Amino acid sequence: MTTHQLEHPAGTAQSIAAIGLRSVTKDFGDVHAVRGIDLAIQPGEIVAFLGPNGAGKTTTIDLILGLSQPTSGDVEVLGFRPREAIARGLVSAVMQTGGLLKDLTVRETVEYTASLFADTQPVADVLEHAGITGIADRKVGKCSGGEQQRLRFAMALLSDPALLLLDEPTTGMDVEGRRAFWSAIRQDAAKGRTVLFATHYLEEADQYADRIVLISSGRIVADGSGSEVKAMAAGRTVRATLPGADTDRIGRIPGVDGLEVRGDTILVHARDTDAVARFLLTETGARDLEIAARGIEEAFLTLTGDHAASTDDTERTNR
Amino acid sequence: MTTTTIDPTTRRVPPMGGFNLTVLRIELKRMLRNRRTIIFTLLFPAAMFFAFGSGDDWNEAVGEGNVAAYIMTSMALYGAALTAAAGGAMVALERALGWSRQLRLTPLNPAVYILMKALLALVLGAVAIATVNVAGIVQGKPSMPLHVWIECGVLTLVCTMVFAALGVFVGYLVPGENAMQILGPGLALLSFLGNVFIPIDEDSMMWHVASFTPMFGVAEISRAPLTQDLPWYAVLNAVVWFAVFVAGAAWRMSKDTARV
Repeated sequence: MTTHQLEHPAGTAQSIAAIGLRSVTKDFGDVHAVRGIDLAIQPGEIVAFLGPNGAGKTTTIDLILGLSQPTSGDVEVLGFRPREAIARGLVSAVMQTGGLLKDLTVRETVEYTASLFADTQPVADVLEHAGITGIADRKVGKCSGGEQQRLRFAMALLSDPALLLLDEPTTGMDVEGRRAFWSAIRQDAAKGRTVLFATHYLEEADQYADRIVLISSGRIVADGSGSEVKAMAAGRTVRATLPGADTDRIGRIPGVDGLEVRGDTILVHARDTDAVARFLLTETGARDLEIAARGIEEAFLTLTGDHAASTDDTERTNR
Repeated sequence: MTTTTIDPTTRRVPPMGGFNLTVLRIELKRMLRNRRTIIFTLLFPAAMFFAFGSGDDWNEAVGEGNVAAYIMTSMALYGAALTAAAGGAMVALERALGWSRQLRLTPLNPAVYILMKALLALVLGAVAIATVNVAGIVQGKPSMPLHVWIECGVLTLVCTMVFAALGVFVGYLVPGENAMQILGPGLALLSFLGNVFIPIDEDSMMWHVASFTPMFGVAEISRAPLTQDLPWYAVLNAVVWFAVFVAGAAWRMSKDTARV
Protein backbone atom coordinates (compact mmCIF):
# COMPACT_ATOMS: atom_id res chain seq x y z
CA MET A 1 0.00 0.00 0.00
CA THR A 2 1.21 3.46 -0.77
CA THR A 3 1.40 6.20 1.76
CA HIS A 4 1.15 9.41 -0.11
CA GLN A 5 1.22 12.97 1.18
CA LEU A 6 -0.26 15.72 -0.96
CA GLU A 7 2.21 18.48 -1.67
CA HIS A 8 0.84 21.75 -0.49
CA PRO A 9 0.87 24.60 -3.01
CA ALA A 10 3.98 26.74 -2.68
CA GLY A 11 3.50 30.05 -0.93
CA THR A 12 1.38 28.68 1.89
CA ALA A 13 3.85 25.93 2.72
CA GLN A 14 4.78 27.63 5.98
CA SER A 15 1.19 27.46 7.26
CA ILE A 16 0.34 25.20 10.17
CA ALA A 17 -1.29 21.83 9.57
CA ALA A 18 -5.06 21.88 9.98
CA ILE A 19 -4.86 18.52 11.69
CA GLY A 20 -1.73 16.93 13.09
CA LEU A 21 -1.88 13.50 14.68
CA ARG A 22 1.33 11.95 15.94
CA SER A 23 1.42 8.30 17.06
CA VAL A 24 -2.07 8.62 18.45
CA THR A 25 -3.62 5.64 20.22
CA LYS A 26 -6.88 5.31 22.10
CA ASP A 27 -7.87 2.38 24.28
CA PHE A 28 -11.21 1.74 25.90
CA GLY A 29 -10.22 -0.75 28.58
CA ASP A 30 -8.93 -3.78 26.68
CA VAL A 31 -10.28 -2.49 23.40
CA HIS A 32 -7.74 -0.78 21.14
CA ALA A 33 -9.89 1.51 19.03
CA VAL A 34 -7.01 3.53 17.58
CA ARG A 35 -3.66 1.77 17.28
CA GLY A 36 -1.20 4.45 16.25
CA ILE A 37 -2.22 7.03 13.69
CA ASP A 38 0.08 9.60 12.11
CA LEU A 39 -1.71 12.09 9.93
CA ALA A 40 -1.06 15.62 8.67
CA ILE A 41 -3.79 17.46 6.81
CA GLN A 42 -3.03 20.82 5.20
CA PRO A 43 -5.38 23.84 5.17
CA GLY A 44 -7.86 23.76 2.31
CA GLU A 45 -7.74 20.01 1.76
CA ILE A 46 -10.94 18.01 1.47
CA VAL A 47 -10.15 14.66 2.99
CA ALA A 48 -12.32 11.57 3.17
CA PHE A 49 -11.91 9.41 6.19
CA LEU A 50 -12.90 6.07 4.78
CA GLY A 51 -13.41 2.84 6.61
CA PRO A 52 -15.93 0.26 7.66
CA ASN A 53 -17.98 0.66 10.83
CA GLY A 54 -15.80 0.06 13.86
CA ALA A 55 -12.59 1.01 12.07
CA GLY A 56 -11.91 3.84 14.52
CA LYS A 57 -13.17 6.77 12.41
CA THR A 58 -15.52 8.15 15.04
CA THR A 59 -13.00 7.66 17.84
CA THR A 60 -10.39 9.58 15.85
CA ILE A 61 -12.87 12.38 15.14
CA ASP A 62 -13.67 12.58 18.85
CA LEU A 63 -9.96 12.96 19.56
CA ILE A 64 -9.63 15.77 16.99
CA LEU A 65 -12.62 17.51 18.58
CA GLY A 66 -11.16 17.15 22.06
CA LEU A 67 -14.22 15.17 23.19
CA SER A 68 -11.85 12.50 24.45
CA GLN A 69 -8.17 12.34 25.25
CA PRO A 70 -5.72 10.06 23.44
CA THR A 71 -4.23 7.21 25.47
CA SER A 72 -0.87 8.18 23.97
CA GLY A 73 0.37 10.46 21.24
CA ASP A 74 -0.31 14.04 20.29
CA VAL A 75 -3.30 15.77 18.70
CA GLU A 76 -2.95 19.27 17.31
CA VAL A 77 -5.55 21.32 15.45
CA LEU A 78 -4.36 24.45 13.60
CA GLY A 79 -1.46 24.68 16.00
CA PHE A 80 -3.64 24.46 19.08
CA ARG A 81 -4.76 21.76 21.50
CA PRO A 82 -8.21 20.61 20.31
CA ARG A 83 -10.15 22.31 23.14
CA GLU A 84 -8.28 25.59 22.55
CA ALA A 85 -9.10 25.46 18.86
CA ILE A 86 -12.78 24.88 19.71
CA ALA A 87 -12.76 27.77 22.18
CA ARG A 88 -11.61 30.02 19.32
CA GLY A 89 -14.39 28.82 17.02
CA LEU A 90 -11.84 27.29 14.66
CA VAL A 91 -13.38 23.83 14.54
CA SER A 92 -16.95 22.78 13.87
CA ALA A 93 -18.56 19.43 13.35
CA VAL A 94 -21.84 18.25 11.93
CA MET A 95 -23.16 14.98 13.27
CA GLN A 96 -25.76 12.83 11.61
CA THR A 97 -28.45 12.82 14.27
CA GLY A 98 -29.40 14.48 17.54
CA GLY A 99 -27.78 17.58 18.92
CA LEU A 100 -30.91 19.72 18.67
CA LEU A 101 -33.55 20.85 21.15
CA LYS A 102 -37.03 20.21 19.76
CA ASP A 103 -38.75 22.98 21.72
CA LEU A 104 -36.50 25.79 20.47
CA THR A 105 -37.20 27.57 17.20
CA VAL A 106 -34.69 27.43 14.37
CA ARG A 107 -33.68 31.05 14.97
CA GLU A 108 -33.36 30.56 18.75
CA THR A 109 -31.12 27.55 18.18
CA VAL A 110 -28.78 29.60 15.98
CA GLU A 111 -28.89 32.60 18.37
CA TYR A 112 -28.17 30.34 21.34
CA THR A 113 -25.17 28.79 19.58
CA ALA A 114 -23.92 32.15 18.30
CA SER A 115 -23.98 33.65 21.79
CA LEU A 116 -21.38 31.12 22.97
CA PHE A 117 -18.66 32.30 20.56
CA ALA A 118 -16.51 35.41 20.75
CA ASP A 119 -17.15 36.28 17.09
CA THR A 120 -19.68 34.90 14.65
CA GLN A 121 -21.31 35.74 11.37
CA PRO A 122 -24.58 37.64 11.79
CA VAL A 123 -27.40 35.19 12.60
CA ALA A 124 -29.58 36.51 9.76
CA ASP A 125 -26.80 35.94 7.21
CA VAL A 126 -26.20 32.40 8.41
CA LEU A 127 -29.92 31.57 8.25
CA GLU A 128 -30.05 32.99 4.73
CA HIS A 129 -26.93 31.14 3.59
CA ALA A 130 -28.32 27.84 4.90
CA GLY A 131 -31.66 28.52 3.22
CA ILE A 132 -33.68 28.35 6.44
CA THR A 133 -34.80 31.98 6.81
CA GLY A 134 -38.32 30.92 5.84
CA ILE A 135 -38.57 28.46 8.71
CA ALA A 136 -36.67 30.55 11.28
CA ASP A 137 -39.67 30.77 13.63
CA ARG A 138 -40.59 27.10 13.35
CA LYS A 139 -39.94 24.78 16.28
CA VAL A 140 -37.04 22.44 15.55
CA GLY A 141 -39.23 19.44 16.43
CA LYS A 142 -41.58 20.37 13.56
CA CYS A 143 -38.78 20.54 10.97
CA SER A 144 -38.12 17.72 8.51
CA GLY A 145 -34.91 15.72 8.63
CA GLY A 146 -33.46 17.72 5.75
CA GLU A 147 -34.33 21.03 7.41
CA GLN A 148 -32.73 19.88 10.66
CA GLN A 149 -29.60 18.93 8.74
CA ARG A 150 -29.47 22.41 7.17
CA LEU A 151 -29.86 23.86 10.66
CA ARG A 152 -26.91 21.78 11.88
CA PHE A 153 -24.84 23.19 9.02
CA ALA A 154 -25.91 26.73 9.86
CA MET A 155 -24.76 26.16 13.46
CA ALA A 156 -21.46 24.67 12.30
CA LEU A 157 -20.69 27.56 9.94
CA LEU A 158 -21.60 30.31 12.46
CA SER A 159 -18.06 30.77 13.70
CA ASP A 160 -16.55 30.57 10.18
CA PRO A 161 -14.47 27.54 11.19
CA ALA A 162 -11.11 26.77 9.62
CA LEU A 163 -11.76 23.07 10.03
CA LEU A 164 -15.07 21.33 9.45
CA LEU A 165 -15.62 17.72 10.46
CA LEU A 166 -18.55 15.87 8.94
CA ASP A 167 -19.83 12.48 10.02
CA GLU A 168 -21.50 10.67 7.11
CA PRO A 169 -22.71 14.05 5.81
CA THR A 170 -24.94 13.04 2.92
CA THR A 171 -26.75 10.09 4.46
CA GLY A 172 -30.37 10.33 3.38
CA MET A 173 -29.76 13.02 0.74
CA ASP A 174 -30.89 12.49 -2.83
CA VAL A 175 -28.48 12.82 -5.76
CA GLU A 176 -29.37 16.48 -6.36
CA GLY A 177 -29.03 17.38 -2.67
CA ARG A 178 -25.69 15.59 -2.54
CA ARG A 179 -24.37 17.54 -5.52
CA ALA A 180 -25.52 20.90 -4.13
CA PHE A 181 -24.05 20.04 -0.75
CA TRP A 182 -20.63 19.20 -2.14
CA SER A 183 -20.51 22.21 -4.41
CA ALA A 184 -21.08 24.42 -1.34
CA ILE A 185 -18.37 22.55 0.56
CA ARG A 186 -15.95 23.01 -2.38
CA GLN A 187 -16.55 26.76 -2.45
CA ASP A 188 -15.75 26.97 1.25
CA ALA A 189 -12.62 24.86 0.83
CA ALA A 190 -11.41 27.27 -1.84
CA LYS A 191 -11.30 29.94 0.89
CA GLY A 192 -8.96 27.81 2.96
CA ARG A 193 -11.46 25.81 4.98
CA THR A 194 -10.30 22.27 5.61
CA VAL A 195 -12.92 19.57 5.46
CA LEU A 196 -12.58 16.07 6.87
CA PHE A 197 -15.54 13.81 6.30
CA ALA A 198 -16.12 10.30 7.53
CA THR A 199 -17.82 7.93 5.16
CA HIS A 200 -17.98 4.27 4.38
CA TYR A 201 -18.75 4.81 0.69
CA LEU A 202 -15.66 4.64 -1.49
CA GLU A 203 -17.62 6.17 -4.37
CA GLU A 204 -18.43 9.30 -2.40
CA ALA A 205 -14.89 9.59 -1.09
CA ASP A 206 -13.49 9.23 -4.60
CA GLN A 207 -15.90 11.71 -6.11
CA TYR A 208 -15.60 14.56 -3.64
CA ALA A 209 -12.34 14.30 -1.72
CA ASP A 210 -8.87 15.52 -2.74
CA ARG A 211 -7.41 12.82 -0.63
CA ILE A 212 -8.62 9.57 0.86
CA VAL A 213 -7.37 8.23 4.15
CA LEU A 214 -8.37 4.60 4.49
CA ILE A 215 -8.61 3.37 8.04
CA SER A 216 -9.12 -0.13 9.30
CA SER A 217 -8.83 -1.65 12.75
CA GLY A 218 -7.54 1.60 14.19
CA ARG A 219 -4.72 2.08 11.66
CA ILE A 220 -4.27 3.97 8.40
CA VAL A 221 -3.96 1.34 5.68
CA ALA A 222 -3.90 3.65 2.66
CA ASP A 223 -3.53 7.38 2.17
CA GLY A 224 -3.57 8.97 -1.25
CA SER A 225 -5.49 10.77 -3.95
CA GLY A 226 -8.79 9.37 -5.13
CA SER A 227 -7.28 8.00 -8.32
CA GLU A 228 -4.45 6.30 -6.43
CA VAL A 229 -6.78 4.57 -4.05
CA LYS A 230 -9.09 3.75 -6.92
CA ALA A 231 -6.20 2.24 -8.86
CA MET A 232 -5.50 0.05 -5.88
CA ALA A 233 -9.12 -0.85 -5.74
CA ALA A 234 -9.57 -1.29 -9.49
CA GLY A 235 -7.86 -3.89 -11.65
CA ARG A 236 -8.26 -7.65 -11.64
CA THR A 237 -6.86 -10.60 -9.85
CA VAL A 238 -5.03 -13.49 -11.49
CA ARG A 239 -5.18 -16.70 -9.58
CA ALA A 240 -3.05 -19.70 -10.49
CA THR A 241 -1.52 -22.84 -9.04
CA LEU A 242 2.24 -22.41 -9.01
CA PRO A 243 4.29 -24.23 -6.36
CA GLY A 244 7.42 -22.34 -5.33
CA ALA A 245 6.57 -19.17 -7.20
CA ASP A 246 9.32 -16.62 -7.75
CA THR A 247 7.48 -13.70 -6.13
CA ASP A 248 10.25 -11.20 -6.80
CA ARG A 249 10.11 -11.76 -10.51
CA ILE A 250 6.33 -11.72 -10.73
CA GLY A 251 6.24 -8.54 -8.64
CA ARG A 252 8.40 -6.80 -11.23
CA ILE A 253 5.86 -7.29 -14.02
CA PRO A 254 4.57 -3.79 -14.95
CA GLY A 255 1.16 -3.03 -13.46
CA VAL A 256 1.30 -5.45 -10.54
CA ASP A 257 -0.12 -3.86 -7.37
CA GLY A 258 -0.16 -6.80 -5.03
CA LEU A 259 0.85 -10.37 -4.69
CA GLU A 260 -0.21 -13.02 -2.27
CA VAL A 261 0.89 -16.63 -1.86
CA ARG A 262 -1.50 -19.11 -0.24
CA GLY A 263 0.18 -22.48 -0.20
CA ASP A 264 0.56 -23.56 -3.82
CA THR A 265 -1.83 -20.87 -5.00
CA ILE A 266 -0.65 -17.47 -6.10
CA LEU A 267 -2.88 -14.40 -6.30
CA VAL A 268 -1.63 -11.45 -8.31
CA HIS A 269 -3.52 -8.18 -8.29
CA ALA A 270 -2.75 -6.01 -11.29
CA ARG A 271 -4.09 -3.38 -13.64
CA ASP A 272 -2.73 -5.29 -16.65
CA THR A 273 -3.71 -8.86 -15.91
CA ASP A 274 -3.10 -9.96 -19.50
CA ALA A 275 0.62 -9.33 -19.09
CA VAL A 276 0.61 -11.30 -15.86
CA ALA A 277 -1.26 -14.19 -17.46
CA ARG A 278 1.07 -14.23 -20.44
CA PHE A 279 4.10 -14.27 -18.19
CA LEU A 280 2.74 -17.02 -15.92
CA LEU A 281 1.73 -19.29 -18.80
CA THR A 282 4.86 -18.82 -20.89
CA GLU A 283 7.65 -18.31 -18.36
CA THR A 284 6.50 -20.49 -15.46
CA GLY A 285 4.75 -23.77 -14.88
CA ALA A 286 1.57 -22.12 -13.67
CA ARG A 287 -1.73 -23.94 -14.27
CA ASP A 288 -5.45 -23.62 -13.41
CA LEU A 289 -5.25 -19.93 -14.26
CA GLU A 290 -8.28 -17.72 -13.47
CA ILE A 291 -8.78 -14.00 -13.97
CA ALA A 292 -11.45 -12.26 -11.91
CA ALA A 293 -12.57 -8.65 -11.84
CA ARG A 294 -13.53 -7.10 -8.54
CA GLY A 295 -15.84 -4.22 -7.84
CA ILE A 296 -14.77 -1.09 -6.07
CA GLU A 297 -16.62 -1.94 -2.88
CA GLU A 298 -15.23 -5.45 -2.92
CA ALA A 299 -11.72 -4.18 -3.47
CA PHE A 300 -12.17 -1.78 -0.61
CA LEU A 301 -13.31 -4.60 1.62
CA THR A 302 -10.26 -6.60 0.58
CA LEU A 303 -7.96 -3.69 1.38
CA THR A 304 -9.40 -3.22 4.83
CA GLY A 305 -10.20 -6.87 5.45
CA ASP A 306 -6.67 -8.13 4.67
CA HIS A 307 -5.30 -5.84 7.26
CA ALA A 308 -7.81 -6.81 9.90
CA ALA A 309 -7.01 -10.48 9.35
CA SER A 310 -3.32 -9.87 9.95
CA THR A 311 -3.90 -8.27 13.35
CA ASP A 312 -5.91 -9.45 16.31
CA ASP A 313 -9.26 -7.84 15.80
CA THR A 314 -10.70 -7.74 19.29
CA GLU A 315 -12.07 -4.23 18.86
CA ARG A 316 -14.30 -5.22 15.99
CA THR A 317 -16.77 -6.75 18.39
CA ASN A 318 -17.10 -3.66 20.50
CA ARG A 319 -16.86 -0.63 18.33
CA MET B 1 -18.94 34.43 4.78
CA THR B 2 -15.47 35.87 4.58
CA THR B 3 -13.69 36.05 1.27
CA THR B 4 -10.15 35.91 2.61
CA THR B 5 -8.50 32.77 3.90
CA ILE B 6 -8.93 31.98 7.56
CA ASP B 7 -6.16 33.07 9.89
CA PRO B 8 -6.31 31.01 13.11
CA THR B 9 -4.18 33.48 15.06
CA THR B 10 -6.77 36.25 14.86
CA ARG B 11 -9.46 34.24 16.63
CA ARG B 12 -10.59 35.16 20.14
CA VAL B 13 -11.84 33.08 23.05
CA PRO B 14 -15.14 34.31 24.55
CA PRO B 15 -14.91 35.80 28.05
CA MET B 16 -16.24 33.95 31.11
CA GLY B 17 -16.27 30.53 29.47
CA GLY B 18 -19.17 31.48 27.22
CA PHE B 19 -21.46 32.75 30.01
CA ASN B 20 -23.98 35.15 28.51
CA LEU B 21 -27.45 36.58 28.92
CA THR B 22 -28.75 35.50 25.51
CA VAL B 23 -28.68 31.85 26.62
CA LEU B 24 -30.43 32.73 29.89
CA ARG B 25 -33.09 34.70 27.97
CA ILE B 26 -33.75 31.90 25.48
CA GLU B 27 -33.79 29.22 28.20
CA LEU B 28 -36.19 31.26 30.32
CA LYS B 29 -38.51 31.85 27.36
CA ARG B 30 -38.29 28.17 26.57
CA MET B 31 -39.41 27.15 30.06
CA LEU B 32 -42.12 29.77 30.35
CA ARG B 33 -43.82 28.76 27.10
CA ASN B 34 -43.96 25.15 28.20
CA ARG B 35 -47.60 24.82 29.21
CA ARG B 36 -46.92 21.92 31.55
CA THR B 37 -44.26 23.91 33.42
CA ILE B 38 -46.61 26.85 33.84
CA ILE B 39 -49.50 24.74 35.09
CA PHE B 40 -47.58 22.53 37.48
CA THR B 41 -45.07 24.98 38.84
CA LEU B 42 -46.96 28.28 38.88
CA LEU B 43 -50.74 27.79 38.72
CA PHE B 44 -51.04 24.56 40.67
CA PRO B 45 -49.18 25.74 43.81
CA ALA B 46 -51.18 28.98 43.81
CA ALA B 47 -54.42 27.02 43.46
CA MET B 48 -53.34 24.72 46.30
CA PHE B 49 -52.74 27.78 48.44
CA PHE B 50 -56.26 29.08 47.74
CA ALA B 51 -57.64 25.61 48.55
CA PHE B 52 -55.76 25.03 51.80
CA GLY B 53 -55.12 28.61 52.90
CA SER B 54 -58.77 29.52 53.44
CA GLY B 55 -59.71 27.10 56.21
CA ASP B 56 -61.62 28.33 59.27
CA ASP B 57 -58.41 28.54 61.26
CA TRP B 58 -56.59 30.81 58.77
CA ASN B 59 -56.04 33.62 61.22
CA GLU B 60 -54.82 31.54 64.16
CA ALA B 61 -51.39 32.61 65.34
CA VAL B 62 -48.27 30.73 64.24
CA GLY B 63 -45.00 32.14 65.59
CA GLU B 64 -44.55 35.56 64.02
CA GLY B 65 -47.61 35.35 61.79
CA ASN B 66 -50.77 33.33 61.08
CA VAL B 67 -51.82 29.97 59.62
CA ALA B 68 -52.44 31.47 56.16
CA ALA B 69 -48.81 32.70 56.05
CA TYR B 70 -47.64 29.24 57.10
CA ILE B 71 -49.58 27.55 54.29
CA MET B 72 -48.45 30.17 51.77
CA THR B 73 -44.79 29.50 52.60
CA SER B 74 -45.36 25.75 52.28
CA MET B 75 -47.01 26.07 48.88
CA ALA B 76 -44.26 28.37 47.64
CA LEU B 77 -41.76 25.68 48.60
CA TYR B 78 -43.75 23.07 46.71
CA GLY B 79 -43.88 25.22 43.57
CA ALA B 80 -40.20 26.14 43.73
CA ALA B 81 -39.21 22.51 44.37
CA LEU B 82 -41.13 21.46 41.25
CA THR B 83 -39.46 24.07 39.03
CA ALA B 84 -36.03 23.11 40.35
CA ALA B 85 -36.72 19.41 39.80
CA ALA B 86 -37.94 20.14 36.27
CA GLY B 87 -34.76 22.12 35.60
CA GLY B 88 -32.62 19.30 36.95
CA ALA B 89 -34.40 16.68 34.85
CA MET B 90 -33.71 18.84 31.81
CA VAL B 91 -29.95 18.44 32.22
CA ALA B 92 -30.28 14.68 31.82
CA LEU B 93 -32.71 15.06 28.93
CA GLU B 94 -30.40 17.44 27.05
CA ARG B 95 -27.59 14.96 27.46
CA ALA B 96 -29.75 12.17 26.07
CA LEU B 97 -30.71 14.34 23.09
CA GLY B 98 -27.07 15.01 22.21
CA TRP B 99 -27.44 18.72 22.96
CA SER B 100 -24.70 18.58 25.60
CA ARG B 101 -22.40 17.08 22.98
CA GLN B 102 -23.36 19.84 20.55
CA LEU B 103 -22.49 22.39 23.22
CA ARG B 104 -19.11 20.71 23.70
CA LEU B 105 -18.33 21.76 20.12
CA THR B 106 -18.68 25.39 21.16
CA PRO B 107 -16.45 27.42 23.51
CA LEU B 108 -18.99 26.93 26.32
CA ASN B 109 -17.26 25.59 29.42
CA PRO B 110 -19.17 22.61 30.93
CA ALA B 111 -18.96 24.16 34.41
CA VAL B 112 -20.49 27.35 33.00
CA TYR B 113 -23.28 25.27 31.47
CA ILE B 114 -24.15 23.82 34.91
CA LEU B 115 -23.82 27.30 36.45
CA MET B 116 -26.27 28.76 33.91
CA LYS B 117 -28.69 25.88 34.52
CA ALA B 118 -28.48 26.44 38.29
CA LEU B 119 -29.03 30.18 37.83
CA LEU B 120 -32.03 29.43 35.67
CA ALA B 121 -33.44 27.06 38.29
CA LEU B 122 -33.02 29.82 40.90
CA VAL B 123 -34.72 32.42 38.69
CA LEU B 124 -37.65 30.11 37.98
CA GLY B 125 -37.78 29.07 41.64
CA ALA B 126 -37.99 32.74 42.54
CA VAL B 127 -40.80 33.20 40.01
CA ALA B 128 -42.68 30.24 41.51
CA ILE B 129 -42.22 31.58 45.06
CA ALA B 130 -43.26 35.07 43.96
CA THR B 131 -46.39 33.69 42.24
CA VAL B 132 -47.65 32.04 45.44
CA ASN B 133 -46.73 35.08 47.49
CA VAL B 134 -48.56 37.42 45.11
CA ALA B 135 -51.54 35.07 45.35
CA GLY B 136 -51.28 35.44 49.12
CA ILE B 137 -51.13 39.24 48.93
CA VAL B 138 -54.10 39.34 46.56
CA GLN B 139 -56.09 37.07 48.84
CA GLY B 140 -55.09 39.22 51.83
CA LYS B 141 -55.18 36.58 54.55
CA PRO B 142 -51.50 35.75 55.20
CA SER B 143 -49.91 38.00 57.75
CA MET B 144 -46.30 38.18 58.95
CA PRO B 145 -43.69 40.92 59.35
CA LEU B 146 -42.04 41.96 56.09
CA HIS B 147 -38.58 40.74 57.13
CA VAL B 148 -40.00 37.31 57.99
CA TRP B 149 -41.75 37.27 54.63
CA ILE B 150 -38.45 37.95 52.84
CA GLU B 151 -36.45 35.52 55.00
CA CYS B 152 -38.93 32.73 54.30
CA GLY B 153 -38.74 33.41 50.56
CA VAL B 154 -34.93 33.39 50.48
CA LEU B 155 -34.66 30.22 52.59
CA THR B 156 -37.22 28.51 50.35
CA LEU B 157 -35.17 29.40 47.31
CA VAL B 158 -32.00 27.95 48.86
CA CYS B 159 -33.86 24.78 49.84
CA THR B 160 -35.03 24.17 46.27
CA MET B 161 -31.45 23.20 45.33
CA VAL B 162 -32.18 19.86 47.05
CA PHE B 163 -34.81 19.21 44.41
CA ALA B 164 -32.65 20.39 41.53
CA ALA B 165 -30.30 17.54 42.49
CA LEU B 166 -33.27 15.17 42.75
CA GLY B 167 -34.36 16.28 39.28
CA VAL B 168 -30.96 15.45 37.76
CA PHE B 169 -31.01 12.06 39.52
CA VAL B 170 -34.52 11.14 38.35
CA GLY B 171 -33.78 12.56 34.90
CA TYR B 172 -31.01 10.01 34.51
CA LEU B 173 -33.06 7.16 36.00
CA VAL B 174 -36.07 7.77 33.75
CA PRO B 175 -34.99 8.22 30.16
CA GLY B 176 -36.71 10.57 27.77
CA GLU B 177 -39.27 13.19 28.59
CA ASN B 178 -41.12 11.15 31.20
CA ALA B 179 -39.12 12.34 34.18
CA MET B 180 -41.65 15.09 34.96
CA GLN B 181 -44.49 12.58 34.88
CA ILE B 182 -42.80 10.94 37.85
CA LEU B 183 -41.48 14.07 39.54
CA GLY B 184 -44.84 15.89 39.46
CA PRO B 185 -46.98 13.35 41.32
CA GLY B 186 -43.91 12.18 43.27
CA LEU B 187 -43.26 15.61 44.73
CA ALA B 188 -46.97 16.02 45.51
CA LEU B 189 -46.88 12.74 47.43
CA LEU B 190 -43.69 13.76 49.25
CA SER B 191 -45.34 17.08 50.10
CA PHE B 192 -48.29 15.28 51.70
CA LEU B 193 -45.87 13.01 53.55
CA GLY B 194 -43.53 15.84 54.45
CA ASN B 195 -45.96 18.06 56.33
CA VAL B 196 -46.19 20.57 53.49
CA PHE B 197 -49.80 20.38 52.27
CA ILE B 198 -51.64 19.28 55.40
CA PRO B 199 -50.33 19.77 58.94
CA ILE B 200 -49.64 16.44 60.61
CA ASP B 201 -50.19 16.08 64.36
CA GLU B 202 -46.87 16.18 66.12
CA ASP B 203 -45.80 12.90 67.80
CA SER B 204 -48.37 10.90 65.85
CA MET B 205 -47.14 7.79 64.07
CA MET B 206 -47.62 9.64 60.78
CA TRP B 207 -45.48 12.50 61.99
CA HIS B 208 -42.58 10.17 62.83
CA VAL B 209 -42.74 8.70 59.36
CA ALA B 210 -42.97 12.21 57.87
CA SER B 211 -39.83 13.38 59.63
CA PHE B 212 -37.79 10.95 57.54
CA THR B 213 -39.14 12.04 54.15
CA PRO B 214 -37.26 14.53 51.90
CA MET B 215 -39.79 17.39 52.01
CA PHE B 216 -39.96 17.50 55.78
CA GLY B 217 -36.57 19.08 56.51
CA VAL B 218 -36.62 21.77 53.87
CA ALA B 219 -40.22 22.67 54.79
CA GLU B 220 -39.25 23.19 58.45
CA ILE B 221 -36.25 25.30 57.38
CA SER B 222 -38.29 27.41 54.92
CA ARG B 223 -40.89 28.19 57.64
CA ALA B 224 -38.37 28.68 60.46
CA PRO B 225 -38.37 32.51 60.33
CA LEU B 226 -42.17 32.36 60.74
CA THR B 227 -42.47 29.55 63.30
CA GLN B 228 -39.35 30.63 65.24
CA ASP B 229 -38.69 26.92 65.63
CA LEU B 230 -36.09 24.80 63.87
CA PRO B 231 -35.58 21.29 65.25
CA TRP B 232 -32.08 19.81 64.72
CA TYR B 233 -33.48 16.72 63.00
CA ALA B 234 -35.12 18.91 60.35
CA VAL B 235 -31.73 20.38 59.43
CA LEU B 236 -30.19 16.88 59.49
CA ASN B 237 -33.02 15.64 57.25
CA ALA B 238 -32.38 18.37 54.67
CA VAL B 239 -28.61 17.88 54.67
CA VAL B 240 -28.83 14.08 54.40
CA TRP B 241 -31.39 14.15 51.56
CA PHE B 242 -29.39 16.77 49.69
CA ALA B 243 -26.30 14.55 50.01
CA VAL B 244 -28.29 11.49 48.87
CA PHE B 245 -29.66 13.27 45.78
CA VAL B 246 -26.32 14.82 44.82
CA ALA B 247 -24.60 11.44 45.25
CA GLY B 248 -27.32 9.76 43.20
CA ALA B 249 -27.04 12.34 40.43
CA ALA B 250 -23.24 12.10 40.39
CA TRP B 251 -23.45 8.30 40.36
CA ARG B 252 -25.82 8.22 37.38
CA MET B 253 -23.81 10.88 35.55
CA SER B 254 -20.60 8.88 35.93
CA LYS B 255 -22.39 5.71 34.79
CA ASP B 256 -23.53 7.52 31.70
CA THR B 257 -20.66 6.56 29.42
CA ALA B 258 -22.34 7.71 26.24
CA ARG B 259 -20.16 10.01 24.17
CA VAL B 260 -20.47 13.29 26.07
